[in-house]
Amino acid sequence: MRQIVLKAENLRLRFGGVVAADGASLTAHAGERIAIIGPNGAGKTTFVNICTGYLKPQSGAVIFEGKDITQLAPRTIARGGIGRSFQLPQLFLDNTVFENLLLALSAREGTWRPWMRLDRHPKADEMRDMLEVIGLSSVGDRPVRELPEGMRKLIDIALALALKPRLVFMDEPTSGVSSREKFSIMDTLVRALDHSATTAIFVEHDMDVVSRYADRVAVWTGGKIALEGTPEHVLNDPDVRKNVIGV
Amino acid sequence: MRFDLLFGAIAFCAVAGVPFFIPWATVMLTIALGVGLAVLGVVVLLRAGQISFGHGLYYAAGAYTVAFLVQARLGLDTLLLLPAGALVATVIAVAFGFFAVRYRDIFFAMINLAVSMVAFSLLEKLYSITGGGDGLNVARPTLAGLKLGRVSFEFWMFYTTLAIVVVVALVVGRYLASPLGKGLEAIKSNETRLEYLGVSSARILHIAYGVSACLAGLGGGVIAIVTGHVAPEFAYWVRSGEFVFIAILGGAGNVVGAFAGSIVYEIVRNYAAAFAADYWQTILGVSLIAIIMFAPQGLTQMRFGKKRGGA
Repeated sequence: MRQIVLKAENLRLRFGGVVAADGASLTAHAGERIAIIGPNGAGKTTFVNICTGYLKPQSGAVIFEGKDITQLAPRTIARGGIGRSFQLPQLFLDNTVFENLLLALSAREGTWRPWMRLDRHPKADEMRDMLEVIGLSSVGDRPVRELPEGMRKLIDIALALALKPRLVFMDEPTSGVSSREKFSIMDTLVRALDHSATTAIFVEHDMDVVSRYADRVAVWTGGKIALEGTPEHVLNDPDVRKNVIGV
Repeated sequence: MRFDLLFGAIAFCAVAGVPFFIPWATVMLTIALGVGLAVLGVVVLLRAGQISFGHGLYYAAGAYTVAFLVQARLGLDTLLLLPAGALVATVIAVAFGFFAVRYRDIFFAMINLAVSMVAFSLLEKLYSITGGGDGLNVARPTLAGLKLGRVSFEFWMFYTTLAIVVVVALVVGRYLASPLGKGLEAIKSNETRLEYLGVSSARILHIAYGVSACLAGLGGGVIAIVTGHVAPEFAYWVRSGEFVFIAILGGAGNVVGAFAGSIVYEIVRNYAAAFAADYWQTILGVSLIAIIMFAPQGLTQMRFGKKRGGA
């Protein structure tokens, strides 16, 4: 049995009359890739936000590697080993791609020396290698602002992975990119995840991506998991096909 | 880049030659450089997208520290008085920073303004300590152990200030290129992401706040010694506004902008006041509008950067 990395237990959160999490529970094991699917407003992003510290649940707990992280701040959780990427890439737009990664490297290493130039970070080569892995070496010196959405998605994920997290949450890693780009992004991403043996939980609307890259699928409805299992099992379920996939 | 360096070297030589070729402008230029130090402090915060309308407080802290120490007749040298002023300003900023760096944008600007105005009032009201609205006179201290006459003192004080400016510009330039400096840019562009990288943006801003106040205190100390007088107006919001004005005029994109802006501002102010006494503020206002319209990156970017991607 693989080690449990994350255990979210009975999370509940309401915004006024809206139930965003209604007893949501999920367990992730080391090295797993779990896809979270479900209709809009089902509470998928809320779940990610709770697990990464952006939102605090009214009840329930998030246990990461045996430690309760429910009430911790996002930066404490990030330092503890959980990375995340966003539905809309959250990047330092005025900085170059390489500088974005070097800032993540400095964050991970705690290297904030005021006399050291960022571009001469002693471990800068590691980030050059990462640029190579995600196929963005050619644009390393360009400001992020100038790059298309697909590349920004990759950089956003790369920032999370640069922290060398043991668990990474990705909110719709292929949304807003062309159907041609999405598999290329996911292939690159899975290669990087496998390389670092990182557990991944990703919210996804594209069922081709889910069936191809997820080990396990959790169907979210009404702020909790309605069904959980292998992609074949879940994606062939009549209710899921009717209410989530829409066929 | 090489041309920029050459241009910078020529500009530096031109400034350094002023006491020889235009001796009557020496004091004016020393004042400009002193103010430039305070402006550089504002520029550091602008890197994080934060404007302080209260840096007059730290400028005054540096100036009054120098004045108090001189009045105490401890016989301290200029080279000790200046770091003392910077230190006191830094200590105040570090203490107040725990509170100020929680705020952003207009709230950050206003909280700084409010505290500087409290300081202004105290400097005005505590007459027995601060000299009230009249301020305090600052007797000419020794410089590097030498007791100099007025003209010699002004001459050497200029070069002392210039040397400080060069060292400060190099140090601050390195700081802004370091992870801490780039962290400031990151605060400006995406604080959320910074937090999700496990970084405390408040801590990065707090350090910058201390650095910024240190520079303002150093500048205030220079002005106190050069002009021989300190007054509550040093902490007044108009003075803080001037620093922001000059930072925008010179350009917040690089360290040189603070000093270029300050020199231009001081020259325009002196000449505009002499030749158009009733309209000199109008002239300054129109100059700033022109800069914002035609060179939004500031004076130095007109020369140094044709079209640069970032700051």
